[in-house]
Amino acid sequence: MLESTQLLAKQTQRMSTDSRQLQGAPALEIKTSTFSVPVLVLASNDLAAISQQLQQTVEKAPDFFTHSPVVLDVLALNNNRLPIDLKNLCDIIRDAGMLPIGLRGGNEAQNAIALKLAIPNYSMHHPVGIEPAKAKAVDAKPATGAVPSVKLHTLPVRSGQRIYSEGDLIILAPISAGAEVIAEGNIHIYSTLRGRALAGVPDNAEARIFCSDLQAELVSIAGNYQVSSNFTAPKGKPVQIYLHEQSLIIKDI
Amino acid sequence: MARIIVVTSGKGGVGKTTTSAAIAMGLAKKGHKTAVIDFDVGLRNLDLIMGCERRVIYDFINVINGEASLNQALIRDKNCNQLYILPASQTRDKDALSQEGVGKVLEDLSKDFQYIICDSPAGIEKGAQLAMYYADDAFVVTNPEVSSVRDSDRMLGILSSKSRRAETNQEPIKEYLLLTRYSPERVKLKEMLSVDDVQEILSLHLLGVIPESKSVLNASNSGLPVILDEKSDAGQAYMDVVARYLGEECPHRFIDEKKGLFGKLFGSR
Ligand SMILES: Nc1ncnc2c1ncn2[C@@H]1O[C@H](COP(=O)(O)OP(=O)(O)OP(=O)(O)O)[C@@H](O)[C@H]1O
Ligand SMILES: [Mg+2]
Repeated sequence: MLESTQLLAKQTQRMSTDSRQLQGAPALEIKTSTFSVPVLVLASNDLAAISQQLQQTVEKAPDFFTHSPVVLDVLALNNNRLPIDLKNLCDIIRDAGMLPIGLRGGNEAQNAIALKLAIPNYSMHHPVGIEPAKAKAVDAKPATGAVPSVKLHTLPVRSGQRIYSEGDLIILAPISAGAEVIAEGNIHIYSTLRGRALAGVPDNAEARIFCSDLQAELVSIAGNYQVSSNFTAPKGKPVQIYLHEQSLIIKDI
Repeated sequence: MARIIVVTSGKGGVGKTTTSAAIAMGLAKKGHKTAVIDFDVGLRNLDLIMGCERRVIYDFINVINGEASLNQALIRDKNCNQLYILPASQTRDKDALSQEGVGKVLEDLSKDFQYIICDSPAGIEKGAQLAMYYADDAFVVTNPEVSSVRDSDRMLGILSSKSRRAETNQEPIKEYLLLTRYSPERVKLKEMLSVDDVQEILSLHLLGVIPESKSVLNASNSGLPVILDEKSDAGQAYMDVVARYLGEECPHRFIDEKKGLFGKLFGSR
């Protein structure tokens, strides 16, 4: 008891010397910000299957998913009366490299378990992350006043290089095999795509890829991937790629 | 101020040293005072191809370490008094090269020379990165096969992001494609990529195509850069390369036995 009091006294002393210039000002301010966070919408309670699919997804795009926060959505499971072991689920997600930061659509018992695991509950009435209609409304009048950016890239993207845009991405030169172009919005490629293109990162399902010559290794929209062996589009033809009911559609323009 | 040219490739054994020797000799023969530096520390090939291996006393690393002056280390070529060779060390390892050290030597050479050719080692690691760091121009030597093209592409990415020009936001390094060991017969048999194929993948300005030629081996055996063998196809191809680099217009040769492919090359796609 005595010890800890002394420690506290010491700390207080140090703090007051270190932060003298802040005296008088409030120590913190609470602000509201809107974040775009990936939501893991669970359709199965098979932990092995979930684990496998997660690992595969993360492997394909480790840079986006490693240490990415995720919100767990268990509404569909509850509607179908599928029980889920939340503690193990969180372990699996962490093993895959992601960090659970919320639970959505949980019942009372699940919400209590989540809180014990230090995971906040979100009610369905205050959706976090993707809820396409909401997300758009947020885009329309961004709280921060930031304009969604468009990045223009005119040089070839070489093997080993990576171009990232927080908005749309327009590329006027070839993208080599082994190169990666990534956008939170749409990707327009007025040349040959031999590498990878990932649009709508991490979860904008409305994003599209437009490409005048698709010879890609991989294309993805909002985390839904397809690799070259599955492409049916002919080389040298302009195509657009979009999501329809969770599957990628590659279509001539 | 000298123009610094790096001859690079990523992949090994594609003809960088052969090219460095030929280009350096070509520029010098045109009257430009030229130095060619062997960055391949530990292997030392350039002096063999230039036929000056017995005259090596001091090397690049001796100069970097201040153990010899540039004038002591530079070897004047026996065929052309405008050409100097700065050999690599055979006894040291690659770590002996430092960016500051290389920068200092290039700066000193720049005062006195018009062109400095840096013969890069293979790979994309430190040695190759040091050779290209200070470059103004890059000759990307590529053989017409997939792995070589892929490595060149990788090297091009490094050129555009890890050079001094890139890091200081200057105009980027000028990149040129040099397709070497080209054999139209094997292209026809689909054993090799065609000029068009390579151009399409790399989308790079084509400085020249050097045919696969016995004259290259003969030249290196006799310690004379192949460009001095004026009758050989490879020698002529290198002469064209030097002329084009200096701004002369000369049509591409040795791409096909048949004429008319030229139209195909630069015609509409
Ligand atoms: N146009 C050519 N025709 C025939 N042989 C060639 C040609 N160009 C290069 N060679 C041969 O290829 C081999 C490798 O050439 P060279 O040493 O110039 O390559 P390099 O890229 O410098 O190799 P390294 O990566 O080991 O430094 C040599 O034996 C050389 O004689
Ligand atoms: Mg060499």
